[in-house]
Amino acid sequence: MTISREDIEKVAVLARIRLDEEQIPALENDLGNILSLVDQLSAADTDSVEPLAHPLDAVQRLRADEVTETSQREAFQAIAPATEDGLYLVPRVIE
Amino acid sequence: MHNKSVAELSRELESGKISSVELTREFLDRIKAEDGQYNSFITVTEDQAMADAKAADEQRAAGKAGVWTGVPFAHKDIFCTKGVATTAGSKMLANFVPPYDATVTANFRAAGAVCLGKTNMDEFAMGSSNESSFFGPVTNPWGLANGEKRVPGGSSGGSATAIAARLVPAATATDTGGSIRQPAALCGITGLKPTYGRVSRYGMIAFASSLDQGGTMARTAEDNALMLNVMAGFDQKDSTCVDRAVPDYTATLNEPLKGLRIGLPKEYFSDQLSPAMEQQVRNAVKEYEKLGATVKEVSLPHAKLAIAAYYVIAPAEASANLSRFDGVRYGYRCEDPQDLNDLYTRTRAEGFGGEVKRRILVGTYALSAGYFDAYYLKAQKVRRLIQQDFINAFKEVDVLMSPVSPSPAFVQGEKTSDPVTMYLEDIFTIAVNLAGVPAMSVPAGFVDGLPVGLQIIGNYFEEARLLNAAHQFQQVTDWHQKLPQ
Repeated sequence: MTISREDIEKVAVLARIRLDEEQIPALENDLGNILSLVDQLSAADTDSVEPLAHPLDAVQRLRADEVTETSQREAFQAIAPATEDGLYLVPRVIE
Repeated sequence: MHNKSVAELSRELESGKISSVELTREFLDRIKAEDGQYNSFITVTEDQAMADAKAADEQRAAGKAGVWTGVPFAHKDIFCTKGVATTAGSKMLANFVPPYDATVTANFRAAGAVCLGKTNMDEFAMGSSNESSFFGPVTNPWGLANGEKRVPGGSSGGSATAIAARLVPAATATDTGGSIRQPAALCGITGLKPTYGRVSRYGMIAFASSLDQGGTMARTAEDNALMLNVMAGFDQKDSTCVDRAVPDYTATLNEPLKGLRIGLPKEYFSDQLSPAMEQQVRNAVKEYEKLGATVKEVSLPHAKLAIAAYYVIAPAEASANLSRFDGVRYGYRCEDPQDLNDLYTRTRAEGFGGEVKRRILVGTYALSAGYFDAYYLKAQKVRRLIQQDFINAFKEVDVLMSPVSPSPAFVQGEKTSDPVTMYLEDIFTIAVNLAGVPAMSVPAGFVDGLPVGLQIIGNYFEEARLLNAAHQFQQVTDWHQKLPQ
């Protein structure tokens, strides 16, 4: 199974991972091998089978809509690369 | 002291023959003297450990000691430990100091155990050899005497190695596709992956959320039971955790095995397994027959699709879980980002290693428009077929037994040129994670002087039965007591 360079570049954009030119051939090879492995799935007859997302078919637990947590912003932001006035700083998005 | 089990150490502490301070000092000195050759620890928390040991001795003096009070152990570096670096073996989190404890961490703290540090692991738990860690590979103590640098297995290679090398008597670990059982087998120790939902995943850095499970590693089944008593239980903070009573896993270790029905899945005894490995596993099964168990062949017809299903589901879930690493709130940030997109794409390109990036890309592909049905949805349907195989098998037998890995510990670098070669290491372990059932690896023999593990798979929430079966085996064999070199 081959994965095209175009697909790899598209997926890299979706995954927000920068790829350099030299990495692409190895990725074409490795990802192609992985997808060949995965192609074995097409041999299985799954026409009347429901997908399994959770081993115990559990559903999301709900709780009462009450405030139970306290603000820990200071502790959480103490480990951030850049903050100011309780906000996280990132490079300018809109000029 | 370093050759003693958790159970034995607990008794030594209780008798007053040794203090936790003395015991902790002994293990810390061993780590300092020996770990250079193994690289099993990423962080050693010496000062904190000594302080915790002192506090444990004070608890004991006040008459408030429990079974774990003052006993040294380690955490796989995937469990958040408040105030202590938690890296998941990655450059992305090399500078990450969590502001909170994982529930597993908090449980051991409450039990009075003394954490000596954080063990090495494959990056973000993706690997079967502990060769992908940003902090360098871990070297298996087995093989070193012959001058061979062999892998300890992965992803919990650090925990397995630290125990095999007697640097700690026990360590926490996680298993998503075999990451407890395979390193346990390759290092000659005992490990257990509980039923999905048995142990809280709160604070356990996520790889694949429907597959990840925290579990236990130690040299004996009894120690694994003592660990599971601490780790298992309902937790409000993990929405996938099951609300089910936790038995005392040590209480049933000595139940006789007479009448235990063992199934051997024929798909796991195929030509992928070397005759030497198969012989060790079948010899172990014979011991169970001597203990009164019956053995029959069973079938897991969809077992051969497990790797394919896993290598869609796990990377897909990983691509979602690892999207949080963006250089904004914590962890690595690339230098001098030019714009937001540059911040994201360079942080992630520089912060993640090769295997992690491969899996994120595969996972993103499998979930993307046009491919979702063919890959992810298909894999989830195959997953139900695999689960059904186990449910059917457990109608006829109580436990399944099989090999853990296709070969004993291989040499570093032997399987890193093609990712798929490495993925096939998990051929016997991976279906268990897809189904969510519990399973153990128990030392069962040697091939070419390297340890071989027996896998014991149980029905949902039958950890007590697995531990009982493993413990009885360890009463009549001594594979689990063998030392490297």
